[in-house]
Amino acid sequence: MLATARTFTLDGISARPVRVEVDVHRGLPGFAIVGLPDAAVREARERVRAALVNCGFEFPLRRIVVNLAPASLRKAGPGMDLAIAAALLSASGQLEWEALSRVALAGELALDGSTRAVHGALAIAEAAREGGAEAVVLPAENGPEAALAVGIDVLPLDSLGRLQGLAAGEWEPLRPEPLPLELGAVGAAPDLADLRGQPHLRHALEVAAAGGHSLLMIGPPGAGKSLAAARLPSILPPLAPVEALEVARIASACGRLTGSPLGGRPFRAPHHTISPAGLIGGGTPPRPGEATLAHRGVLFLDELCEFRRDSLEALRGPLESGEVSIVRVGSRRSLPCRFMLVAAANPCPCGRGEADPECSCAPAAVQRYQGRLSGALADRIDILAAVRQPSASEIGGGAGEPSADVRERVTAARERQERRLGSGRCNAEMTPGEARECALDPAAGALLAELYARQRLSGRAHDRALRLAQTIADLAGAEAIGEAEMAQALQLRRRDLG
Amino acid sequence: MAEPRACPDCLRRAALLALFGPYIEKVATGAPGSRSPELLRLSNEELAEVTAPKVAAQLLARVAAIPERQFEDELSDARCWACCRHGDLYPDSLRDAPDAAWALIGHGDPRLLEAIEPFGTVTIVGARRATSYGREIARELGRELASAGMTVVSGLAFGVDGCAHRGALDAGGRTVAVLGCGPDNAYPAAHRSLWRRISEVGLVISEFPPGAQPWRWTFPARNRIMAALAGMTVVVEAAARSGSLITADLAADLGRDLGAVPGPVSSRASAGPNNLLAGGACLVRDAQDVLDAMLGPGARRIERSGSALDLGLAAVLAAVDAGESSCDGVAASLGLPAAEIAAALVRLEVLGYVSCSPLGLYSRTLLAPPPSALSI
Repeated sequence: MLATARTFTLDGISARPVRVEVDVHRGLPGFAIVGLPDAAVREARERVRAALVNCGFEFPLRRIVVNLAPASLRKAGPGMDLAIAAALLSASGQLEWEALSRVALAGELALDGSTRAVHGALAIAEAAREGGAEAVVLPAENGPEAALAVGIDVLPLDSLGRLQGLAAGEWEPLRPEPLPLELGAVGAAPDLADLRGQPHLRHALEVAAAGGHSLLMIGPPGAGKSLAAARLPSILPPLAPVEALEVARIASACGRLTGSPLGGRPFRAPHHTISPAGLIGGGTPPRPGEATLAHRGVLFLDELCEFRRDSLEALRGPLESGEVSIVRVGSRRSLPCRFMLVAAANPCPCGRGEADPECSCAPAAVQRYQGRLSGALADRIDILAAVRQPSASEIGGGAGEPSADVRERVTAARERQERRLGSGRCNAEMTPGEARECALDPAAGALLAELYARQRLSGRAHDRALRLAQTIADLAGAEAIGEAEMAQALQLRRRDLG
Repeated sequence: MAEPRACPDCLRRAALLALFGPYIEKVATGAPGSRSPELLRLSNEELAEVTAPKVAAQLLARVAAIPERQFEDELSDARCWACCRHGDLYPDSLRDAPDAAWALIGHGDPRLLEAIEPFGTVTIVGARRATSYGREIARELGRELASAGMTVVSGLAFGVDGCAHRGALDAGGRTVAVLGCGPDNAYPAAHRSLWRRISEVGLVISEFPPGAQPWRWTFPARNRIMAALAGMTVVVEAAARSGSLITADLAADLGRDLGAVPGPVSSRASAGPNNLLAGGACLVRDAQDVLDAMLGPGARRIERSGSALDLGLAAVLAAVDAGESSCDGVAASLGLPAAEIAAALVRLEVLGYVSCSPLGLYSRTLLAPPPSALSI
């Protein structure tokens, strides 16, 4: 007997349809899975056998062949257990379900037949909808996240044993409540009020958030660089519903969505030993890296100078284009990664800075260390903030301005940018042509021209200053860039080493 | 102007030095009697006999067999030119020395060589592993001396040398790099872009033919040219035993002025110049000190008083003077919003009162505010 079922395999952050064909016929008893399964798929044999038996079904002692079509696509992960079991039951005559070919199934099976959550339930539900399925059967745990996909019935199933009842219409699954999508920062997110004193750093954070500019903080350890970076998401404008769904899709594909509600913009701080693949994604099938996990949020690279050079190099293209593209034999995947880059570094290997008499770093070592700040990645950084150790009175002083107030100004500035540049765009993304069309006061133009001539700025540095000045003007609500805004921008801009 | 020209004998000497490079390397130990400037006093035959007795005849014959045509081709291929001690272009300041280079191979504008005279030329040398203080001072000296019309000579090395060249280039002035390898060989390689800029607007010279590689002994050798070219040699930062001090000794031997920039007595990088000062070298705090020592007090003044400052800028400048280097620090000490301070610092930067490091920290330049602002 032959039966088929529809399921999916996760590829990057999207799900690709897979048709499970099960043939049960006479011959030596055996169970073969063909169609480029990976180790986890191949092991489905044992799980499915045990689950069937433990749920009171009979495991047919005949020759069983499971084919996963299309045969050319690599199938990965344990999410195909449920579909294989359902098709096997149908093929051996133990399950009468005429709708089986019209629904999609995904889920891992435990040996007792209960279902376990899979990664990428949201992508699976969306792919099922695109593929024209009437409903998608998923582990109960995945229900709320899959319910975020509109336009498809999600049928949560807690055990293989209840599949028969579902087929016979003996029980009606409750449609799960979709996960609440938090657009703004959730309550537990750290607040900018914790940053005491350090007005310059606050200003730099605010400008960075307002224009989407990438930020580099340089200062001794313990000066508050990491603290400031972790608070950046809380002053970014709330996510648009579409953006929140993008974030949820990525989190779902990484299995980070089940259970806890998703709060606002992501904040990712990978350790500096991370490999290029860990940072931008990789593997077969491609798995999203930190850059993609930080999509619509903040990617924080602490100790920038300690990162592997190849990791930083790998980040350069994605930072420019807003997507990671991974090319594998015969296919090309692109993963979204529009994040804000925030980096922190010490002034020298020992961290104290050359001005400190305690600093014992050899000048050559300092030069080598700082040389890492001039790579291609640093070239994409707009703002430099020199962070200094706050004094005792500053730390003991009152709390700073809370995130909510700053966020209000940032949101207003972003709205102004969207009106000028089009929806979803910010000043950091202005092309050189657009940057040069910014409305500029004569005094501001003169200041820029003078510094440009005096310090032999590069064309890139010139445009960077214009973008920053435009953001500061947007924050101030000014129509044109004034001299004060230009001066602030020139102070905040990242300097070239040399 | 005189055409750069060199006689075949002198060019042969340059080729011989390149050919004998590895042999001289073994003999030139730096001990008295076998320092490279001393070895270079010897004639071709003596030098060959001292450094490579076994192969001397063979190598000398090989050098003698080089056709004149080949020198010309090599020079034009490397876009270099040569002048020798018998020509007009050769600087008089080099000619007198017993160990004078026979030929100078140049890359860049030959007219600059003609313009070199001791009282218009300053050599700035110092440690390769210079601290940010040394680099800053070297750049400032290079800038100010070049804008005062002096030619700045240095050795293109890391640290002080490179900064002195950059300062002179910043000011749009004249600068000459003396190399210990062929002038077409940008050494160290990391200074290739600097080498290119110098050869475009200034001059790169060497006593070695195009393509010659550097040896340990070639650096003291080029130091003697640097010391001889200038009326004054200034040591910015150098450890107690350093190649820069060789240049200082050579300059003193030639009867040139010797200056040193003081540094913290606890700083190892400043031990060399501090020792020189203790031994009677001229104290160099800024370019004015150099000009006073070379040309006589007050003979040439460096215009360094900047434009007037308003109250706000003067207060910010005072805070930087007091040692606040970060925007946050200045804002905290004055109690003003950071955005205002940021704008003020940029205005001061434009006026030339402060400079900003690549790490975003501010420091004062040597520029002093006009008297009216000082009273505030």
